[in-house]
Amino acid sequence: MAIEQDEIKKIAELARIRIADDQIGEVTQRITEILGMVDQLQAADTAGIEPMANPLDAIQRLRADEVTETNRRDAFQAIAPAVENGLYLVPKVIE
Amino acid sequence: MHEQTVAQLAQGLRDKSFTSVELTRAYLQRISELDQNYNAFITVNEENALNAARTADQRLASGEATPLTGIPVAHKDIFCTRGMLTSCGSKMLGNFVPPYDATVISRFNEAGAIILGKTNLDEFAMGSSNENSHYGPVKNPWDTSLVPGGSSGGSAAAVAAMLAPAATGTDTGGSIRQPAAFCGITGLKPTYGRVSRLGMIAYASSLDQGGPLARTAQDCALLLNTMAGHDPLDSTSAVNAVEDYTLSLNKNLQGLKIGLPREYFGKGLDSATGEQVRAALKELEAQGASLVDISLPNSDLTIPAYYIIAPAEASTNLSRFDGVRYGHRCADPENLHDLYTRTREEGFGDEVKRRILVGTYALSAGYYDAYYKKAQQARRLIKNDFMDAFERVDIIAGPTTPGPAFGLGAKSDDPIAMYLEDVYTLAVNLAGLPGMSVPAGFVDSKPVGLQLIGPHFGEAQLLNVAHRFQQATDWHTRSPQAGGVV
Repeated sequence: MAIEQDEIKKIAELARIRIADDQIGEVTQRITEILGMVDQLQAADTAGIEPMANPLDAIQRLRADEVTETNRRDAFQAIAPAVENGLYLVPKVIE
Repeated sequence: MHEQTVAQLAQGLRDKSFTSVELTRAYLQRISELDQNYNAFITVNEENALNAARTADQRLASGEATPLTGIPVAHKDIFCTRGMLTSCGSKMLGNFVPPYDATVISRFNEAGAIILGKTNLDEFAMGSSNENSHYGPVKNPWDTSLVPGGSSGGSAAAVAAMLAPAATGTDTGGSIRQPAAFCGITGLKPTYGRVSRLGMIAYASSLDQGGPLARTAQDCALLLNTMAGHDPLDSTSAVNAVEDYTLSLNKNLQGLKIGLPREYFGKGLDSATGEQVRAALKELEAQGASLVDISLPNSDLTIPAYYIIAPAEASTNLSRFDGVRYGHRCADPENLHDLYTRTREEGFGDEVKRRILVGTYALSAGYYDAYYKKAQQARRLIKNDFMDAFERVDIIAGPTTPGPAFGLGAKSDDPIAMYLEDVYTLAVNLAGLPGMSVPAGFVDSKPVGLQLIGPHFGEAQLLNVAHRFQQATDWHTRSPQAGGVV
């Protein structure tokens, strides 16, 4: 199926990926090709078939509600791009 | 030493023919001399490997060694290694030094194996040629103008070039089996959930599975013994008991029923590759197995279902890379939105972006039923085909790939052509089954792989069939350096 450049821009915005203006044409063409390929699926008769999310049809296991992990904040923040006073820094969100 | 299998090296360490320090040093030396030809490694663990080897030698001397104590192993750079760069082949994680080990890594460490280094891969394991790595393509040791396959291309090339006796890989749609086939080695993708995914950077969580690549089925069994088992930290990890996979390797194949799906031998299969695979099957027949014609009628749905489900799961998994907690962050972001969108523009390569965009589309409002739900339904049809087949046969066999390794650059501009490379391997992941690739000959001096597929948790039987095949053939003993080409 054909997909418009505007739609790719919308999807890229949802995915939070900037696409430069000079690349939007090529990206649109590639995505159109891939969607064209997966569209073969529409011909399949799947009436009444239960969707399968896990190959073993496993369900989420529960565990006891107990603390098992130790706090390793310093180790995790040591690899962050920007931290201060134990907090992750991002650009100002509220003006 | 480097020409020996893991099993032989383990014996050599016990016989004191050499120490782990000597063995590790020999492999580090080979990597430093030869890897410039292949680009199989992203990180080489020089100093720490020798320290670990010293510890392993003490453990061997104390008599408390496991079969892998002192054996150097290369790990795909998708497994988190505490204190060691884990890039996943991406610029996004070009500075990522994890504060913890993947469970697979912990298990090898506990067994006393040596981390030789981290191997190259397609970025976030998305690719079939290892050309999508931010760290440059890997070259096939049999012919450096060819791709090694992907995404575990660095692991496969390292084993084939004897830069490591064995390696780990991951397989989401063929990423252990296809590079094993292209590089003339043995690779096993276990049943979904058999090997813990904790600390294995996620691509498509309902398909991803770690496994071994080595020269022989026996070596794969030794590695799987260490890798397999329940992990309470991975909620999808299987609780089924783990067998000793080395115990049944020699069982005879009398009465074994091998199903040959006619869909795997039809158009699209290179005829010379098909001949090699048929010759390999004759060998199994000669050992008492019977070959049974079967059908997997929904095979046509495999590629479209996979290329919806895998990108959809990838788009969710890769949303964690946002420039805030770890990894790449763009310079001077104007605001939070700019931080996210530019970090991800700069940090991800083209194929990763394509899959995130396709996945975001398939999951977006108004398209979910037509794409994602439809693909999940097709996935059940594909699995049911296998379940029906396993009512009649013990294992399924066919080619691993449609043809031997292709040239570097031959398909890199055509994503769809690249996707078709995995036509025989994807269904195994969708159904969660174990699958292997075993060296089965050569076409124009390029290795060809025989694929073996088993029922869920049938790893022992696959390894048994592969081992018996390797007892009767010598394809797996050929090596690029030894000029083993037919």
